[in-house]
Amino acid sequence: MAGTFDKPEVVQEELDVLLIGGGMACCGTAYEIMRWNEAVKAETGRDLKIKLVDKAAMDRSGAVAQGLSAINTYIGDKQDPADYARMVSNDLMGITRDDLAYDLGRNVDDSVHLFEEWGLPIWKTDADGVRHDGAESIKEGLPLLKDGGQPVRSGKWQIMINGESYKWIVAEAAKKALGLDRIQERVFIVHLINDKNDKGRIAGAAGFSTRDNTIYIYKAKAIMLAAGGCVNLFRPRSVGEGQGRAWYPVWNAGSTYSMAAEAGAELTMMENRFVPARFKDGYGPVGAWFLLFKAKATNAYGEDYMTKNKEMLNDYPPYGQAAVPASCLRNHLMLKEMKEGRGPIYMDTVTALAKLRETLSPKEVKHLEAEAWEDFLDMCIGQCGVWVGENIEPEKKMSELMPTEPYLLGSHSGCCGIWVSGPTDVGAPTEEGLPGVPSHLPSGWNWGYRSMTTVRGLFTAGDGVGASGHKFSSGSHAEGRMAAKAMVKYCLDNPDLKPEFDESPEEIAEAIWKPVSTFLQFKDYSTAIDVNPNYITPKMLQFRLQKIMDEYVAGVGTYYNTNDKMLAVAEEKLEMLKEDSKKMRAKDLHELLRAWENYHRILTAEAHMKHIQFREESRYPGFYYRTDKNFVDEENWHCFVNSVYDKQSKKWTCFKRKHVDLVDKSKLFKPAQPH
Amino acid sequence: MPTFVRTEKCDGCKGQDKTACMYICPHDLMKLDKDGSDTGHAMKAYNQEPEQCWECYSCVKICPQGAIEVRHYADVVPLGGSVQPMRGSDSIMWTIKFRNGVMKRFKFPIRTTAEGSIDPYGSKPMPKLADIMQTGSFTRDMMGGFRAGKPEELIRK
Repeated sequence: MAGTFDKPEVVQEELDVLLIGGGMACCGTAYEIMRWNEAVKAETGRDLKIKLVDKAAMDRSGAVAQGLSAINTYIGDKQDPADYARMVSNDLMGITRDDLAYDLGRNVDDSVHLFEEWGLPIWKTDADGVRHDGAESIKEGLPLLKDGGQPVRSGKWQIMINGESYKWIVAEAAKKALGLDRIQERVFIVHLINDKNDKGRIAGAAGFSTRDNTIYIYKAKAIMLAAGGCVNLFRPRSVGEGQGRAWYPVWNAGSTYSMAAEAGAELTMMENRFVPARFKDGYGPVGAWFLLFKAKATNAYGEDYMTKNKEMLNDYPPYGQAAVPASCLRNHLMLKEMKEGRGPIYMDTVTALAKLRETLSPKEVKHLEAEAWEDFLDMCIGQCGVWVGENIEPEKKMSELMPTEPYLLGSHSGCCGIWVSGPTDVGAPTEEGLPGVPSHLPSGWNWGYRSMTTVRGLFTAGDGVGASGHKFSSGSHAEGRMAAKAMVKYCLDNPDLKPEFDESPEEIAEAIWKPVSTFLQFKDYSTAIDVNPNYITPKMLQFRLQKIMDEYVAGVGTYYNTNDKMLAVAEEKLEMLKEDSKKMRAKDLHELLRAWENYHRILTAEAHMKHIQFREESRYPGFYYRTDKNFVDEENWHCFVNSVYDKQSKKWTCFKRKHVDLVDKSKLFKPAQPH
Repeated sequence: MPTFVRTEKCDGCKGQDKTACMYICPHDLMKLDKDGSDTGHAMKAYNQEPEQCWECYSCVKICPQGAIEVRHYADVVPLGGSVQPMRGSDSIMWTIKFRNGVMKRFKFPIRTTAEGSIDPYGSKPMPKLADIMQTGSFTRDMMGGFRAGKPEELIRK
């Protein structure tokens, strides 16, 4: 009930390792770290104190909560981690860390094999080339992946699964590894605390329960921050009830990026975004339709725009010449049709299914229909909702496609995130090749502990790790496992470390509870609870953020266009919004959750805007355009854009870091065509 | 497509402090209206913020009474369709009804092992701290998933 808050109880706990988040990355961390902790116990007699804190319930938290119909990163025994690193680089227009992608590529299949052992049904192809779902494969006696079983590829890197319970299964393993007394659910961590004696070191984290009036303050030597990407920082295409139907999970609020930035961690490639082209309104996946069912996307007049507009790819050498053009460039070719009035864009499901029917038996056709529906039912049930409401049977009626509002993430086809220490055995640079990097930051791509940020003791994985991408569910789990070992090592190397907070617990608790105290102080000033000049509701603040980002920072409203002048307007408006965020109210714990999520969104949005402003080119045509610098400038901007935030002055500093290839990229490209 | 709770089916999880839907919702949307002051229906759950619903169906699938359904986003989708699951221990059944009355039913596997049967470390090796800086997880030598890669691909090494 609004306005009946008791004073919060403050609970403090001292740990060695704190895991923030309960998604794929933290489940991977939990699984790996608990086994290494047994080794620590056996060999040293120490027992690391470990805890995982999730704002939701691990069984259904994170981006895989709903389930998935495919595992998008599985290398297999026929491809090399270097091929994977090349693909990641190409899809992200050349600016990724090969060391991170390569390391993930060599380790990711280990996690996939565990998932299968734990009970995830994985489709298989038998010796006759017939495909079987995950349960049937077992009945047929087909081998597991680890014993040479052949997956069903829906693309070069993807394998098909029956993944409704994917997260449930992965969480079960993580929960059993941890034991229930090391898990705290429904506590939202909102703030990281630096060390009093060493500002470049992490000392703890704080948050609150969404169930009772309790504030939790954890002291920890090492922290894994893996709380997902950022959704709903731009005005979504659906603004009524439908605004929850974001493509990426609506509960990803930029907490990873904003908390890391406030703690002083170096961010990277925050200008990057992902604008997936998906089935309109439901945002259902298109991958299986393109790759498994061989459907084509066309404009309203039946023209295949990827063929029709292919010359446009030559504007972006060498990336346009890759065998598979980057996701953003595919959007670029689609947007031309939309802007010139040849929409709607369609996925021609009718022709694709008709063609398949020509060669398949009725039984196979029925199977195919089930596969098409399962693709949605496993991971995007909302799309089925749109189809049943609009009477769309895919064999009879085509479906519209539409590029979505922008999302920020580091694990899917995006690469924004935090700058982390990489592996030392793949030839990564050990010195920085460009001037202008603030002197307190490390030079080179590794500084001792895999996946550690530039803040000592603060680690990340999944959407948190920037300048890589395409790790997806399996890669996020694998990345969490790599970090787990480094966190154990960090604790062993620093046995005498005694973290001390640079803020008092009282100050921290007061700051967390501020939206509640603001509400209690002013609620009787006006008769209508939501209209009051002394505070702003989290919902209205979110609308304001979305309006600014949409109209000035290349949202859907401007067909993803912005320029230096629009960015300057956004900069000013975001500063005022950030000031007003201090006046957010919370009338109950649910609204306190929303208040802090939206604070995290604002900082993330500000980082995005500052990075686009700093990078004086348009690196991702189809995702955003700076119309004043509407080109890809390889000479000056084939580099990382990184930044640090100063929580005292509340200012960002952006700078370049040199990009280096660790694997040969020329294999990707056809020779440039003469103009 | 926000979820809604059928008044006559919801039993508030029999007066326990927290309902199954509250436990599971990833976005903290489901709420038990203990005294009926929010909805007029005491001891029944409801979706307190329907415009934030991702339609992940976590609450629909977990509700022991089958009391939760979904009415597709009213600002986007024409009325009349429904997509309703029944989740068992090894498979899920979907009943799909189109606005025009067409019905479809599908059944998919969800899991090949018994729920709760995972033994996370049972057959797994105990790692040695001496190997902690080596790349690869503690299961790299037994899960067959480590891909060493061709050394010549690393051009700066």
